Amino acid sequence: MDFIFIAQQSLSAAVGVNTIIFALAAIGLNMHFGYTGLLNFGQAGFLAVGAYSVATLVVSFNFPLWVALLIGILNSIILALLLGLPTLRLRADYLAIVTIAASEIIRQVARSATFNKYLGGSDGITGKFGKDFFALNPFKSGLNTPFLRYNGNDLWVVVTGWTLVIIVLFVMWLLVRSPWGRVLKAIREDEEAVRSLGKNVYLYKMQSLIIGGIVGSFAGFVYALSRQSVQPDNYGTALTFFAYTVLILGGAARVFAPIAGSIIFWFLLVFIEQMLRQAVSAGYIPEWLIGVNQVGQIRFMLVGLGLMMLMIFRPQGIFGDRKELALDARA
Amino acid sequence: MPAPSHNNARRDIALAALAGITPTPGVSKPDPIIVADNVVRKFGGLTAVNVGHLEIQRGAITALIGPNGAGKTTFFNLLTGFDQVDEGSWTFNGTKISGTPPHKVARMGMVRTFQLTKALYRLTVIDNMLLAATKQKGESILRAALPFLWNAQEKAATARSEELLTRFKLIDKRDDFAAALSGGQRKLLEMARALMVEPELVMLDEPMAGVNPALKQSLLGHIKDLREDGMTVLFVEHDMDMVRDISDWVIVMAQGEIVAEGPPNVVMRDKAVIDAYLGAHHDSTLEQDRG
Repeated sequence: MDFIFIAQQSLSAAVGVNTIIFALAAIGLNMHFGYTGLLNFGQAGFLAVGAYSVATLVVSFNFPLWVALLIGILNSIILALLLGLPTLRLRADYLAIVTIAASEIIRQVARSATFNKYLGGSDGITGKFGKDFFALNPFKSGLNTPFLRYNGNDLWVVVTGWTLVIIVLFVMWLLVRSPWGRVLKAIREDEEAVRSLGKNVYLYKMQSLIIGGIVGSFAGFVYALSRQSVQPDNYGTALTFFAYTVLILGGAARVFAPIAGSIIFWFLLVFIEQMLRQAVSAGYIPEWLIGVNQVGQIRFMLVGLGLMMLMIFRPQGIFGDRKELALDARA
Repeated sequence: MPAPSHNNARRDIALAALAGITPTPGVSKPDPIIVADNVVRKFGGLTAVNVGHLEIQRGAITALIGPNGAGKTTFFNLLTGFDQVDEGSWTFNGTKISGTPPHKVARMGMVRTFQLTKALYRLTVIDNMLLAATKQKGESILRAALPFLWNAQEKAATARSEELLTRFKLIDKRDDFAAALSGGQRKLLEMARALMVEPELVMLDEPMAGVNPALKQSLLGHIKDLREDGMTVLFVEHDMDMVRDISDWVIVMAQGEIVAEGPPNVVMRDKAVIDAYLGAHHDSTLEQDRG
């Protein structure tokens, strides 16, 4: 077995493009769910809006990339308003139902034959819509070391992506430690109490939904640009729940949780896949037990098992405080 | 916040103001802070609240009592904007506030607590207090990420919170989660937190429920201090000893209506009140049952 290769693949994934995408998606969810207690099950919708805004506007309408990015942010704000206006006055469960439905509606519209011309139907959009972005790439030759290996384009996405993550995280950190963040956390605990103290709860929930949604659309930008294509089925509910997995793995309502969760999630996924693959081809695992073609599915089972163990033995996540979790049971 | 005076100056003023008033339902008061007219709330076929006319005297401690299901808490919810009326209107300091959302009612200086205490469990005691500070610049999303704009204000609010926590004997718990407090301490925290809003009228929904007898005495003292600090208090309570001890005026509700009001010693002897609590025929013998 080639352990250097396994390490290289796993570590490259641990700080790679997917880690960035899921970290951003989970940072948005952390604002919604971790701090405000909004059960947003439609984060994939915000990613889809970000990704499709960029791809459609550049490929089908020849917008410059930076304009498309700005419109993408605007669209995610519109989506947050559309979701929030009718539902934020209601109980939390309604938001969950509406958001999960909305994200599916967005996916179905994107893959519909009616808008085939602009949104590409079920094939999505493939094109050089990121060429303005990659033209700025100073690392054309890529990176090839025993531990990290990226091609030129991926390296540029990784560098800019982590820069974005750090900026977003810094702003989040400033926000959640402010009096504004204190109101959000109070809303998570008990809306009525916050109302009785003179705060406009509805306004704060809307602001939280918008900010988390914008960060979600950033994840969509990275998703679209890194692959130079968008496919509607990448933005299904599984994406949302992986983002939740990443968040809870790190520990909800902890600023650094989404990054840690995302790194661990993608490291485990790739590490287990590479280990299995090599073990099968080297004959350590007999062919009748696991075939090479089954590795892709089995890695998810093993990762799932690992996550279950984590939730049993460390339910508060990596950064969480178990005592705080216990407080949730209203005494 | 001035230290509680522990004299009874304001009590004497309140009692003097209420002295000559005829104890009948809906009677007008010399200086009302709240005036309610024809307030009706129905839940389906059930009329939960049907209050013709009611005035609450400023600077006094008024108790709202009545048997279970009398509509006391519903009336509280209506006055503070947490529930919507079917009919009627009321004013606070002469301003019509019926239909105003609860956060605006609170900002106007009318702050309530809840029957089931709403401490914010996963916030520390000090954060519970700071949350309630009014007009915070850092609560605006546009200024939140720029701490230099709100640090000074936050410091002042922290100092005031600590003063209140000291007064309510919670300062040792400053950095504990609110969930770690006992039931009685949570009541104290809720009251202290309400004072951070600098209210004119404090509305307490069953402040004594679930509080142990030792803490009850100190809670009673704190409520009297509210009046001595110039606030008006309206509270719902079942504990009759407490009502007799601290209230200047008592309003009795039964089946959604106000059946009596007056000074505590007068009201407690009122026939309508005894009937409301015990039933109109409570001391007649049950002839039919003997067969």
